[in-house]
Amino acid sequence: MTSTTSLKKKHPVIAELTKYVKYWDLSLMLLPVIAYFVIFKYVPMGGILISFQDYKIGLGLAGSSWVGLDNFIGAFKSFTFIRSIRNTLIISVMKLAFGFPAPILFALLLNEVRHTTYKKVVQTISYLPHFLSWVIMAGILHQLLSPNNGAVNVLLMRWFGLKKSIYFLGDNAYFRGTAVVSDIWKGIGWGSILYLATITSIDPTLYEAAICDGANRRQRVRYITLPSLMPTITIMLILNLGSILDAGFDQILNLYSAAVYETGDIIDTYVYRVGLVDWNYKLSTAIGLFKNLIGFMLVVSTNAAAKKLSGNGIW
Amino acid sequence: MKREKFGVGDIVIYLLLGIICLTIVFAFIHLLNISLSPNGTTGSGLMIIPDKPTLDNYAKVIKNKYIWQGYKNTLIRTLLGTSIQLIFTAMGAYVLSKKFYPHRTFWTLLIVFTMFFSGGLIPTYLVVKQLGLIDTYAAMLIPGLVSAYNLTIMRNFFQSLPEEIEESCMIDGAGRFRIFWQFILPLSTPILATIALWLAVGHWNAWFDVLIYITDDKKFTLQIILRRIIITGSKEILESDAAAHSVADEPLVSSEGLKAASIYVATIPILCTYPFLQRYFVKGIMVGSLKG
Repeated sequence: MTSTTSLKKKHPVIAELTKYVKYWDLSLMLLPVIAYFVIFKYVPMGGILISFQDYKIGLGLAGSSWVGLDNFIGAFKSFTFIRSIRNTLIISVMKLAFGFPAPILFALLLNEVRHTTYKKVVQTISYLPHFLSWVIMAGILHQLLSPNNGAVNVLLMRWFGLKKSIYFLGDNAYFRGTAVVSDIWKGIGWGSILYLATITSIDPTLYEAAICDGANRRQRVRYITLPSLMPTITIMLILNLGSILDAGFDQILNLYSAAVYETGDIIDTYVYRVGLVDWNYKLSTAIGLFKNLIGFMLVVSTNAAAKKLSGNGIW
Repeated sequence: MKREKFGVGDIVIYLLLGIICLTIVFAFIHLLNISLSPNGTTGSGLMIIPDKPTLDNYAKVIKNKYIWQGYKNTLIRTLLGTSIQLIFTAMGAYVLSKKFYPHRTFWTLLIVFTMFFSGGLIPTYLVVKQLGLIDTYAAMLIPGLVSAYNLTIMRNFFQSLPEEIEESCMIDGAGRFRIFWQFILPLSTPILATIALWLAVGHWNAWFDVLIYITDDKKFTLQIILRRIIITGSKEILESDAAAHSVADEPLVSSEGLKAASIYVATIPILCTYPFLQRYFVKGIMVGSLKG
């Protein structure tokens, strides 16, 4: 073949490059995608340098002076930043503790429903909030939780003898709880899909055998359904741990207000305000980088753990 | 499985699930109540239909030019954004599904890495700004052009298609472009439909990119108009416009009612379509969970 002999004579780099020419049509299709990732994902990674500079918008990256770790030191001296770390971790852990088991429980309950129509209706209704943005959800929550005449307060006062109405979204004592409960409310139905599918794939003969052995329903859930769900639960839990620094930017930015920064301001909302409200690029970039680096390490290690657990077939 | 008696346990389960669903249904009824109330909130926050229902709030919202502009912009970005994203994602995924493509692993890793690490908010904002995309429709379409996650899912699907058929097409003289358009895409409609729906819902609900990249209110999408009305509580959008054609004897329509009515106007398309589309989304979750 003439083409192979001519390839042999060429420099190895050129030989590699000619492969792209050989598949020129595929290369042409891939090119815009790679260009996109380079421009919008990798060039910004270069922008991380801002966090080591006394960045001035007029001077740009090339003209601004270098200040080493000053921005990071400044961040850690800032009370607001420390507070945002605390809030992020508290809200995340609360979401993990209550929000993580909720869809599992929902799936287990749903699996016990034998009337298909009822099951379908419950599923369809519970999926609805998933399709709405946090902007819409915030609008609905503001109305429901309003301290004057919001349905929840009216209900609490009329049926549960509450004396004074509660300002769920504007009171530091209630904001985190409201955020966690509303997050569960939005995601419980949708989050149950994966677990329900796993339950459906359990071999029915297991249940038949259990019934023959006289296992009641609770025992069947305890000894068949839950153990069969364990691999999925473990992996989901590990993956959730990896994103513990994401306490829900979309949600918090739409629900919080200055009155509840004390308990509700998370790292992401703080990065947004510092950067695009106060226009302090260097501080915002530094905090963002700090968060992304830790987040990266968390995701990589938890992913590795998940892979190890599922790959080794321990379960 | 044997049928068992409908016992106390069942009643508890049915009730629990019912209550969860009722809270969701009730939220929407409560909202409807407020939107139909002449004074916004009625005497009771628990009533289903207010004493004197009125469509005034809806009339105001429908007359509002910002809402319609927002609707138009949202529709445009949803249609345009979904198709552009789908095409580029599919093209990239197709190429990276080919085992013989040079340095495939490198290019794949280059893309996958962006799922785990990013430059952050400000560096990305500066790139968009320096490219001159601020205040353009392109700012809503280009910065999120390809999602690494969707690309991975599509690539896995393409990898499951038999390469032999493609080879026989090539012997017949078809190029890769033609194979992609006339053979791969039609074969992949299930995955394309699922991802298109994800993208469409994403565009319909998107607000953050508009918040940071767009300042020209003619380009505002529905979500950001709503955000203005609901959260920033800025009355100018709804009420300045209402004031423009307000007559002296026109009754005051409370802004709570207007908020509720605008939420309904903006959510109706989703409320009407999601029950029929949900199974495609559900399918997508399964595909996603199988990713390698």
